[in-house]
Amino acid sequence: MVVLSWKKTLEHKASVSNLRRKVRWGETIIQGLLFFSGFFSIFITLGIVYELGKEALLFFQMPEVNLLATLTTTEWKPHIGKFGIWPLLNATLMTTLIAMLIAIPLGMAVAIYLSEYAKPRVRNTLKPILEVLAGIPTIVYGYFALTFMTPLLREIFGRDVVQIYNTASAGLVMGILILPLITSMTEDALSAVPRALREAAYGMGATKLEVALQIVVPAALSGIAAAIIVGISRAIGETMIVAVAAGAGPNFTLNPFEGAETLTGHIVRISGGDLSYDSIDYNSIFALGLFLFLVTLTLNIISQAIVRRFREVYE
Amino acid sequence: MKEKVVVEGFADNLDARNRKGMIWHVLFQASTVIGIIALIALMLNIINGAFGYVAYEARVDPDTLAVDGVPLTDQSKDQLVALLQSTLSSGAYNKLENDKPFADRSREEVYQLVLERIVRPEVVQVWNLWPSLTQADEIRTTLAKEHPEAELDFVSWLSTDFVSRPQTSEPFTAGVRTAILGSLWTILFTILLAFPIGVGAAIYLEEYASDTWLNRLIQTNINNLAGVPSIVYGILGLAIFVRTLEPLTSGEVFGLVDPTTANGRTVLSAGLTLGLLVLPIIIINAQEAIRAVPRSLRNASFGVGATKWQTVWSHVLPNAMPGILTGTILAISRAIGETAPLVVVGASTAISFDPSSPFSKFTTLPIQIYQWTSRPQDEFRSLAAATILVLLILLLSLNASAVLLRNRFSRKY
Repeated sequence: MVVLSWKKTLEHKASVSNLRRKVRWGETIIQGLLFFSGFFSIFITLGIVYELGKEALLFFQMPEVNLLATLTTTEWKPHIGKFGIWPLLNATLMTTLIAMLIAIPLGMAVAIYLSEYAKPRVRNTLKPILEVLAGIPTIVYGYFALTFMTPLLREIFGRDVVQIYNTASAGLVMGILILPLITSMTEDALSAVPRALREAAYGMGATKLEVALQIVVPAALSGIAAAIIVGISRAIGETMIVAVAAGAGPNFTLNPFEGAETLTGHIVRISGGDLSYDSIDYNSIFALGLFLFLVTLTLNIISQAIVRRFREVYE
Repeated sequence: MKEKVVVEGFADNLDARNRKGMIWHVLFQASTVIGIIALIALMLNIINGAFGYVAYEARVDPDTLAVDGVPLTDQSKDQLVALLQSTLSSGAYNKLENDKPFADRSREEVYQLVLERIVRPEVVQVWNLWPSLTQADEIRTTLAKEHPEAELDFVSWLSTDFVSRPQTSEPFTAGVRTAILGSLWTILFTILLAFPIGVGAAIYLEEYASDTWLNRLIQTNINNLAGVPSIVYGILGLAIFVRTLEPLTSGEVFGLVDPTTANGRTVLSAGLTLGLLVLPIIIINAQEAIRAVPRSLRNASFGVGATKWQTVWSHVLPNAMPGILTGTILAISRAIGETAPLVVVGASTAISFDPSSPFSKFTTLPIQIYQWTSRPQDEFRSLAAATILVLLILLLSLNASAVLLRNRFSRKY
């Protein structure tokens, strides 16, 4: 009897341990596939860095191109061998500055209005409008800049002052493009401030404005800073509005009413024509693209770091 | 008798503070109004450009082309083909025959060719909708004085013909059918690439990934990729899909090369490039959808003995699918509107034939808008405005379906 039950116990133990240690190949394969999908995004980043870096290296190794000269001179004329990046960079900075001058004050004002002042019914009508503004393709904004904003500026400031292609109208329309982005991120940050802070301020006799500007905004400052940096990053990378409305030739000028090509507009114009591989124009695209990628990546990392380090956690 | 208690120094400047508050309140409201005005100006500007009077002169009067008393509009296809053959040079006629044999073309297409090559209406002037409606008489009188030969027509640049005609270089016969089909073919490949990988990555990050440095790196990387400018994706696509993978994307490997181009600037490259672009969007949205499925559902499934994948496939995914689909539709909307990456990858500038395979040349709606906007003549601006309306209608229906999906299937647990 004892031997029989001992055998049964062994069998039982064996079958139970088989069940526990059963390797399910299907599960492992699927898990591997899913891991690959997750890892795929790393390939994309590596691909960007590798491909852009490789061709950019080719660009800088060409005899006519000198890294120091690229970063310091102010003429971009490839056919005579001048590769100063400043005309393009300057135009990018100017359009970004004009866009931010519009988007930051208006965006924050709309966000403060939505989160502090607006009744729920108004909020529910305004938020879809903002979403619509954010969803319009950028080429439509480009058309708007060329056919509405530029004639408007020419009416206001005079046809001699404002050229047909100018960075001002591109910058203004870019501001309208970025406004919903800043508004939604700022509004998220403002809503995250707990009601208790506001109520405490009201309890001490503050007016609505004082609560909004002196209590809520400082508390949400990290989110607001992140929103502004993301907006700047978006403005730097914006292509179609400037390609259509800002101008088709590199031009180092501080006058916003003159046409000037930005980094992104230049890339689009060069690649729209017939490109032979390994020509100097082709390689210059990669150098400029790498520069853009590094700048926007740095800005995005900074914005995430700001939120992580300076976000005030209350509850 | 009750005395009013007044605290010293408290209510001194209350009026000033309240006034300041009201001023700022008005400023905040004004900012909101400015945003709404910008949107309305945008829409009105586009509608203004898409309709209006056109004055045009025909190089050859269509009436002189009547054969045996049958006017041009009623002639049969053979008569029209004969007309083309007799009027065009043999080189031009043969090129048309090579592009697409006349036997394959419909009568409509041949008629359009006759208009385009022989009658050749030339636009003299274009007016927008607002001047057309308010100054119609002045326009007529000035036109009669300056261009007595010209005809005046009220043209609605956006019409059913516009949507169904292929692209041509003449403003009157141009249509966006090529562009619409190009957009649809491109989006097909975008979704084929981005949806499986995106949902797979989201499932991995939410269900399987533990908190190691690698998984945190993957998550950070995805968040950063969402912020990369779209033109960088275009450059990446140019380097990888168009150049390095040229045998694959041009169809050499499959023996299906398009005889006129034989390079990597095909619909496939465009779709794959956009797929890379929208991948982070799909991943982030799918992650949120999967996260919203309550743990209790998963635990209940484990409780009846399901494996992890069985749980994900039968319980988590079906419940998260509406959210995932909404995210996918948003990604499609983003991809349809993208111009810059496709210009870099190499959309064709002059193409009048519908894409017939993954390896054909292509153009898309935003690229069409870009090209027409860049031309200096006014009539192309009107065409661009009409194309923008087509694009916006397409996007509006997509977004409306996304909102409907979201509202119908959002269940509260």
